[in-house]
Amino acid sequence: MSKRVRGHLKALENEAIHVFREVAAQFERPVLLFSGGKDSIVMAWVARKAFHPAPVPFPLLHIDTGHNFPETIEFRDRFVKEMGFELSVRYVQESIDKGRVKEEEGPEASRNALQTVTLLDAINELQVDAALGGARRDEEKARAKERFFSHRDRFGQWDPKNQRPELWNLYNGRKNPGEHFRVFPLSNWTEMDVWQYIRLESIPIPLLYLAHEREVVRRNGVLLAKTDFIQILEDDRVSLETVRFRTIGDATCTGAFESDAHSVEAIIQETAAARVTERGGRSDDRRSEAAMEDRKREGYF
Amino acid sequence: MPHRTYADMDLLRFTTAGSVDDGKSTLIGRLLHDTKSIFEDQMQQIEGASRRLGNEGLNLALLTDGLRAEREQKITIDVAYRYFATPRRKFIISDTPGHVQYTRNMVTGASTAELAVILVDASRGVLTQSKRHAFITSLLGIPHLVVAVNKMDLVDYSEDVYDEIRGEFNDFSTKLTVKDISYVPISALHGDNVVSRSDRMPWYKGGALLHRLENVNLGARRNHIDFRFPVQYVVRPNSEFRGYAGTVSSGTVSPGEEVVVLPSGKGTRVESVQAAGDDVDEAVAGDAIVLTMEDELDISRGDMIVRRRNVPTVGDRFEAYLCWMSEEAMEPGRAYQLLHTTRKVQAFVESIEYRVDVDTLHREKAGFLDLNEIGRVEIATSRPIFFDSYRVNTATGSFVLVDPHTNTTVAAGMIRGTVTRLEPQPRRRVSPDVVWEGLNISREEREAQSGQRAALVWFTGMSGAGKTTIARAVERRLFELGKRTMLLDGDQVRHGLCGDLGFSAGDRSENIRRVGEVAKLFFEQGSVVLCTFVSPFRTDREAVKELFPKAQVLEVYVRAPLEVLHDRDPKNLYAREASGELSLPGSATPYEAPESPDIEVDTSAVSVESAVQIVLDRLQTLILGPDG
Repeated sequence: MSKRVRGHLKALENEAIHVFREVAAQFERPVLLFSGGKDSIVMAWVARKAFHPAPVPFPLLHIDTGHNFPETIEFRDRFVKEMGFELSVRYVQESIDKGRVKEEEGPEASRNALQTVTLLDAINELQVDAALGGARRDEEKARAKERFFSHRDRFGQWDPKNQRPELWNLYNGRKNPGEHFRVFPLSNWTEMDVWQYIRLESIPIPLLYLAHEREVVRRNGVLLAKTDFIQILEDDRVSLETVRFRTIGDATCTGAFESDAHSVEAIIQETAAARVTERGGRSDDRRSEAAMEDRKREGYF
Repeated sequence: MPHRTYADMDLLRFTTAGSVDDGKSTLIGRLLHDTKSIFEDQMQQIEGASRRLGNEGLNLALLTDGLRAEREQKITIDVAYRYFATPRRKFIISDTPGHVQYTRNMVTGASTAELAVILVDASRGVLTQSKRHAFITSLLGIPHLVVAVNKMDLVDYSEDVYDEIRGEFNDFSTKLTVKDISYVPISALHGDNVVSRSDRMPWYKGGALLHRLENVNLGARRNHIDFRFPVQYVVRPNSEFRGYAGTVSSGTVSPGEEVVVLPSGKGTRVESVQAAGDDVDEAVAGDAIVLTMEDELDISRGDMIVRRRNVPTVGDRFEAYLCWMSEEAMEPGRAYQLLHTTRKVQAFVESIEYRVDVDTLHREKAGFLDLNEIGRVEIATSRPIFFDSYRVNTATGSFVLVDPHTNTTVAAGMIRGTVTRLEPQPRRRVSPDVVWEGLNISREEREAQSGQRAALVWFTGMSGAGKTTIARAVERRLFELGKRTMLLDGDQVRHGLCGDLGFSAGDRSENIRRVGEVAKLFFEQGSVVLCTFVSPFRTDREAVKELFPKAQVLEVYVRAPLEVLHDRDPKNLYAREASGELSLPGSATPYEAPESPDIEVDTSAVSVESAVQIVLDRLQTLILGPDG
């Protein structure tokens, strides 16, 4: 028998498994939104446990901004293959080519916000009725009020003032045709819980999370990786630093920070001592105080 | 090394409630701040926002008042979840608003909490709302209640003020069912007695609030005795493996244990208990597992696996407390969808027994329930559910109602218990203070006069089997032979005599009991009484037969295969069952076939004429007596 998680992590795992099974029972075409980040990895990991020995009865869906770190994509493809998942990918580039969205311009240009349109188009195209996301309530103020089963109208929009009450472990997934649900099995996990779980279960993660040497640019107090996707300005100073990432998203807005945490164990130590939130390095959240709430209303992850 | 113990930490879910301005958000902000759960970038945001809002110092309430509308109106409008951890425990706070119209949010937040912190403003005393919060805590069965008397700084940290509030709350709490209530005087603003003990209140000998949160016993909310396993999902990767996935609602389960599957009532043994692929020796309440069974049974989502000698109530009628959560008022008679464990059935609120005035706890008559109102109601469901009372078992005693038109969750329900008798109990047979004088003219005299012995012919069998068709033909023939007869059938007695009864197991039992007594009167009058009733329960039929001399009773079991019954469906009942409108014995609810009927007729194999002849042949000898 393998080493089993205990205590509060087991309670969180039990809760997530219950939610996965509820999704499989209540919906016809769920997908699991997979970014290659740690939360979506843990989510996929727990999903496998929920249906063992049967395969997970829904595919993974990756919305690819085209601005990923190559490591993320390599990891994604290996993970999907080893875990026996089915993967669909939809590209923001296609939405741009079709004229569905217009690319931002300037040095701070990011495709992060554009993902929303690509995601909603994919949901329509694949007739998805439940999209499982790895969002956690501890990440951000607006997320603290999300339900496990979060209803979205025909336009994919969230109405935070009109959420369904969610009681005990009874989840109401009733909806009209064309509407869908976002479901968040890891709602009650914190960043620390996720890392502890990764350690206890020996879950593979992209090496971006571990300390490595990389060329970075410092902007507004955020270290951005030098990639083909960002415009280097005249007064940008590029330097080689030992860094790691706390979140993995679009390479244009995911900040790195200096760290020498070379193992999950070391990441946990660092997380325990961290004095900034994990999204503190996300320049997209900083645009306004209610930035996240606005994006969520529009159908962001 | 904090992370060493981290993996062994346990989890306390608690809820906070207080009136507007009791300082609840400040308290949570204080807990987060003083347990170092707030990050620098959050602090910077709050500092900036505090300045913009013109607050002096740091406004900790801004940490939790997440949504824009809240910042504008300066109130919390929805349940928000907060997380913090100490080396001992991880905490999940469901932060629920105290504003008068938001009872539903508190009920939501309280549904999963093991402890409630109720804030009382020391400068204002125990308000109506504080009592309302305490009542909801009690109604939702939260085992531990902590009354935090806040703003002690505004009353000069006075022991007298604290004692007065404590006394008043204590008096009120005798009306509640919460067993464990503790009190702590605090100042959330200044941090007194929140995370560590304050030296500004030396008269207070107890621990700080966090000490209480860290040390309260967990698990009081779960039922560890009665095994209940609602089947959530069937795992069937291939024809070799068939597992039943679900979360153990209560009790424990181990391989080898004898279990029964509801509603079929079929028994088997647990072959294995699996947690994510690993075989385990035991699973306990809260565990998400997969069970495999020794026998191949037809089990699907919504069924419940329980211990052989410890089963929940199986019923389609029960009493419950209902908290109404929708703008659109609840009116009895409207159809809702009821979600209970993993089962989904149609439900009607049959009646509102009373509404509870949550401020005074008085009961008042009510024709409807409005948003945020709580009432005691009677609910009828289209199919039986398998329940326990909420007090005994939160997981099998809770349900929600969903409006089928808007799809929103409109009510939270807590089952009190059954309204009808489901297990036939020893019932009072005779009213008090009455004396049985005996019949004026005995049956024997009447039998001698008419030359016919009285008889009871009881036709049992599932709907559509042909009971009434046969019985009617038999009665016609007897009548033609000049015999005294009477025929009682189900639809007939339910007009009038039993018109007040429904089709729950309990009502079916009562129906049969009444029919038995009526049949007895006709019998004593000397008639051949033919009764055609589904009468699904063996014990009910036995109870009727006991009223009559054994030699003068014929039990006739009329049956046909289920496919044939569905095909015939003379009253369109099976079709209505298929659409979820009602439930019939023999498919959704049990039909217990007689073990040794006097006559058994399979109407798919035998014609009505020959069935009638079989019954008449037996009756002839019976009513003419041994000499006839």
